[in-house]
Amino acid sequence: MRSSVENMKPVFVRPKSLSDKKFTYCPGCHHGLITRILAQVIDELGIQERTVMVAPVGCAVFAYEWFRCDGVQAAHGRAAAVATGIKRVRPDLVVISYQGDGDLAAIGLAETIHAANRGEKISVIFVNNQIYGMTGGQMAPTTLVGQHATSCPEGRNPQEAGYPIRMAELLATLEAPVYVARLALFDPKHVLETTKAVRKALTYQVQGKGYSFVEILANCPTGWRMSPVQANKHIAAVVTKAFPLGEFVDKG
Amino acid sequence: MPKGTAVIDRERCKGCGVCLATCPFGVLEFTGEFNSSGYPVAQMAHPEKCTGCGLCALVCPDVAIEVHREEKVAA
Repeated sequence: MRSSVENMKPVFVRPKSLSDKKFTYCPGCHHGLITRILAQVIDELGIQERTVMVAPVGCAVFAYEWFRCDGVQAAHGRAAAVATGIKRVRPDLVVISYQGDGDLAAIGLAETIHAANRGEKISVIFVNNQIYGMTGGQMAPTTLVGQHATSCPEGRNPQEAGYPIRMAELLATLEAPVYVARLALFDPKHVLETTKAVRKALTYQVQGKGYSFVEILANCPTGWRMSPVQANKHIAAVVTKAFPLGEFVDKG
Repeated sequence: MPKGTAVIDRERCKGCGVCLATCPFGVLEFTGEFNSSGYPVAQMAHPEKCTGCGLCALVCPDVAIEVHREEKVAA
């Protein structure tokens, strides 16, 4: 197979900012895809030498292991606060906080909102898979109404547990953020759109414009008890109804 | 149609099947082979149909696919 490649030109190769380590994610998990997109954009912008990843608690706890750049692992929910500290001490660095929904929208909600409200010049990548994946599929603040989880086996009941929290819309009401968007990854077109949004968020940070927030609707085939292909179809048909896609703020 | 090929890193592939569902030409299939982690591995079952469009690599969550395409030759 390799020999036939010699006369061909590469269309898609592994980004240089990705390390050689294999991802520890489950088969079909969108975390891997988001990691690849981030590495690709870091390559394109030529910022590998001055990028710092702030990893969350959750499935992406090893996020700093996948990139060939510096990284810190924050306490649960505190990634935005840690990123704030790094960026204020070293404004020349590009600081990316990578967080899931349990981390960002539950235990870290205060840090998230206040970092956004202060307009910290960081980029936050929010992976919204509507469940606590790492701990065994419990209900998250973003779990859909009626969605089954191990801590709500009858489905989320809004009378007891409220409604899924829409972080992008919530942060879009604030004055300071320069970019707030929600994307998805269920087909190649949406993967490209997500790449574009991540590129925009990091570009705004490089230009010193301010806080950017990219929410990405991700799957969790294991937690949802679906095959990866089914899970992607579920995002297209159901999840995007509860979490509409779009750019909510773009002051670039 | 240009000719292309997908090079699959069989040790990275976790057999999620998203590339199979995405390929518009039905190039990729599971052929019953497993890697050392026990995952079924996606294979180029019909290499003659590959145009090198790169969609399989674009959706692969484990960055297990590289895609190459023949240069366009002027007619």
